[in-house]
Amino acid sequence: MQPDCHSFESASRTALADDSLQDSLAKVKAGFRINRLKAIDKLPEFEDLRDAGRDLKNHTLKNLDFYLEVFEDKVTAQGGHVHWCRDAEEARRTVLEICRKADARTVTKGKSMIAEEIALNDYLESHGVEPVETDLGEYIIQLRRDPPSHIIAPALHLNRGHFAKAFRKKHEGYPADRMLDEPRQLLDEARDVLRGHFVAADVGITGANMLVAETGSSIIVTNEGNGDLTQTLPRVHIVLASIEKVVPTLEDAATVMRLLARSATGQEFSAYTTVSTGPRRPEDLDGPEEFHVVLLDNGRSAMLGGEFQDMLRCIRCAACINHCPIYGAVGGHAYGWVYSGPMGSVLTPALVGLEEARHLPNASTLCGRCEAVCPMRIPLPKMLRHWREREFERHLTPGRVRAGLKLWAFLAKRPALYRLANGLGARLLAKLSRGTGRLPRLPLAGGWTKARDLPAPQGRSFQSQWAERKRR
Amino acid sequence: MSSREEILGAIRRSLKRGPLPERRADELRARLAEPRANVLPARALSLGQEGRVALFVEMAQAAAASVARVDSLDEVPAEVARYLAGLNEPPRLVIAPALKELDWESSPLMSVEFRAADAGDGVSVTPAFAGIAETGTLALLSGPDSPTTLNFLPDTHIVVLKAEDITATYEDVWVRLRRLGEGGLPRTVNLITGPSRTGDIELSIQLGAHGPRRLHLVLVGATAP
Repeated sequence: MQPDCHSFESASRTALADDSLQDSLAKVKAGFRINRLKAIDKLPEFEDLRDAGRDLKNHTLKNLDFYLEVFEDKVTAQGGHVHWCRDAEEARRTVLEICRKADARTVTKGKSMIAEEIALNDYLESHGVEPVETDLGEYIIQLRRDPPSHIIAPALHLNRGHFAKAFRKKHEGYPADRMLDEPRQLLDEARDVLRGHFVAADVGITGANMLVAETGSSIIVTNEGNGDLTQTLPRVHIVLASIEKVVPTLEDAATVMRLLARSATGQEFSAYTTVSTGPRRPEDLDGPEEFHVVLLDNGRSAMLGGEFQDMLRCIRCAACINHCPIYGAVGGHAYGWVYSGPMGSVLTPALVGLEEARHLPNASTLCGRCEAVCPMRIPLPKMLRHWREREFERHLTPGRVRAGLKLWAFLAKRPALYRLANGLGARLLAKLSRGTGRLPRLPLAGGWTKARDLPAPQGRSFQSQWAERKRR
Repeated sequence: MSSREEILGAIRRSLKRGPLPERRADELRARLAEPRANVLPARALSLGQEGRVALFVEMAQAAAASVARVDSLDEVPAEVARYLAGLNEPPRLVIAPALKELDWESSPLMSVEFRAADAGDGVSVTPAFAGIAETGTLALLSGPDSPTTLNFLPDTHIVVLKAEDITATYEDVWVRLRRLGEGGLPRTVNLITGPSRTGDIELSIQLGAHGPRRLHLVLVGATAP
């Protein structure tokens, strides 16, 4: 999808006023956060696993070229193909070429954020190949032509009414007066419709939660079973994966597996974890005849060795998103691209440029919950601050903010003047509150006081109290 | 320059080095050749085999699988017939060729075929390579004897698992897989924990998404509790 991150401010305002979206966002706590806590409580080794996960990813990133080459050798030895793609355009073209060689008319797809990143569906459609999303969440947003609003629950912004409306409009051959009030009825209809697509598809495209260098395998972690039908039934299986998805061994994969589901949905383990290695074997009765891995860089190699390398440890569990107060208020669409919440605010500027995405690193209170829950111990707040520094250095920050910061810096460097200004300001604010202790309105801070009162300063300043205590 | 070379070059430039020195690469190859487990949860490792079987059953049931125990493989067809009768499912089975040797004729009311699955099939029976006590997870391998489609297309999936094949951790399964042979892994290794599910409608969990609606395990050789 095309990034539209520069509209963050206006999109957030729209999101805050969207009651249906707010209802959906309110479900994140019971749906994800509480389950995560319960699952982690049952595994005393969870903190040690986080350390192990961080260490194995750091080790892999430090030797990424080596492990990617080993992975490629293993895939090739099993009769598969690896396609190296520098950017989105090259990856799209590569996928299309494989589809054309296979004479593909329809393509089924498992959920893949890389496919969203490279806007694959629009491209395939415009070149005569029909992509069908088979994950229920991805399927409904494809019907509605929505972007995903959450990396593991792409239809989080929708309710059963949205599903029913889209199904009635798009599904042909069902009685018009059928009941579609309950999730069960909706799911059964989607299952029925998608069965036909699974069987008819010529090519199946999945993402990968991991690639295993040791064996040349791709691993997907899912719950619905759609990913497995996608990579088993069609004649050709294409795996879309970015370069940082590789891990050295199956043992390393097991460590990530133990962290992933618990951090994401709070499950002990997802229903399906599938290790796919090469095409079907000569005697096999089913499975794809071709196995292709499209390896995407798209800006990631440039993140290595610098301030943002740690972000490449991300396993896309969405724990940071589920715990972010900003995401919880505005949802995923406001972020304007595939990735949202704290991980999106760090990753998106690296992939689409800070000019487009400069609002995102500012869309954080730096409360630190994201880092506290990240299974890979990614220092997200630190990296958000790095982006803010770069924004300032590159003069992308608006003039008013820059002027404010300059004024503050001028005062902060002159302690006597700072104390004077601080004291005057405090007394002025106290006076403005007329003894009520609160300020319902404040010039130049209307955005702040529109939603809440500003408590008026009371008593003496911290600095003067501190000085007095030191004298004692 | 090919994209491959460009990407590898970009990675090395960012890491401020050239290709790994041969000595370092050898160290990494050694790491790959003898994979070592990272952190292993004590949950299942601290138990004896009987405890592992009990934990496996508990975890599988928590993931919404049903479990029945029989003493020997001979009793599997009767247990399958009993289970299907309770479901009110037509007793038409597609069975993995690996289980051909069982005496399916002993339950004459069932019609059985040994093949891969089609979209219309209702019930499948497949063998498991292993069970993993840690999370109540099954490991199923693809092969001519056990086609993968049987694990996903039918509404009801019945899996035959020997209690002696229940291990503590995923890593135990990797070790057993590597012993299978030099040809590397089979095309597909399915780790399955309960029937298929989705939370995509309002984050409420519904079983039976695109894969099986029901997962029934027939545990062979387990001593009843």
